[in-house]
Amino acid sequence: MHELSIAQSILEIVLREAEKQKPARVVAVGLKIGALSGIYADSLEFGFDAIKKGTPLEECRLEIEEVAIRGQCHQCGHVFDVRELLFACPLCASGSIELKHGQELDIAYIEVDD
Amino acid sequence: MSKTIELKKKVLSENDALAAELRATLGEKGIFSLNFVSSPGSGKTSLLERTLRELKDELNITLVAGDVQTENDANRLIAAGGEQVKPLVTGGSCHLDARMIHRLLPEINLDNTDLFIVENVGNLVCPSGYDLGEDMKVVLISVTEGDDKPLKYPSMFRRSSVMVINKIDMLELCDFSMERVRENALRINGDLKIFETSCRTGEGLEEWYAWLKEQVKQKKA
Repeated sequence: MHELSIAQSILEIVLREAEKQKPARVVAVGLKIGALSGIYADSLEFGFDAIKKGTPLEECRLEIEEVAIRGQCHQCGHVFDVRELLFACPLCASGSIELKHGQELDIAYIEVDD
Repeated sequence: MSKTIELKKKVLSENDALAAELRATLGEKGIFSLNFVSSPGSGKTSLLERTLRELKDELNITLVAGDVQTENDANRLIAAGGEQVKPLVTGGSCHLDARMIHRLLPEINLDNTDLFIVENVGNLVCPSGYDLGEDMKVVLISVTEGDDKPLKYPSMFRRSSVMVINKIDMLELCDFSMERVRENALRINGDLKIFETSCRTGEGLEEWYAWLKEQVKQKKA
């Protein structure tokens, strides 16, 4: 349940950015959230909607893209999608893998309206 | 007219920057650092109490004891002989962040520290995304919990380097399979280093201490 503090961080970052874009208004924020980020998108939207009230981002919406988990095998270098939480290389079965995607918690873009 | 502006900014970039600063500060001093995470009640404080008590003549350990409320854990750790124990009460927050640790730095004698340990708030979800500048996360699980915990909280087990299976003296009383928990944990993270301990009987603690001392030595080298 730390979605609210994550929402707060997003709000702070985007408010700073919104200041630079004036007089244009920020109407949307694009987020990339990894499937393994530990963040539940619905709770994040709920939290963001609650705290944006009374700020210049009152009309701003979140556009959330979930990022699938992708790993690279340390042994054979194969890059693959991690399915059903099986973090093992489908080619050589090694369990020593590096995550390439899936832990994202990024603000990808903002959309502004003139 | 609307237009899209790329930002490509990490939501936790501020936390990550502070964590990087902490990591560099600890690294320069050759201090090995751990971030202890688990559900409430898995035995983080018990393991740290024994570790402090039994290693205090060999290692200078500085410990930050995070808790949502009360300084009970910090008091236990001080009673166990911890000479450099700092309570960190979050007042409701479900995780520690790098800023909280950063604020404590002026109170910490880094020149008299070989091992820096943060005991996080008992929670297997929220602390996972917050880098505290540690070298490794240690995740505890006890045999009174489900052996499927690694599958339920993959983010935390994935980001941890070490798993300690605690309370093994109670294994016979519980429907907990050592084989299954290992299988589940390694499915999520094949690189996990695993220890089995009992803080009541002391079983398995020698290996844990030996590993800790080795890590401290390597970090100093």
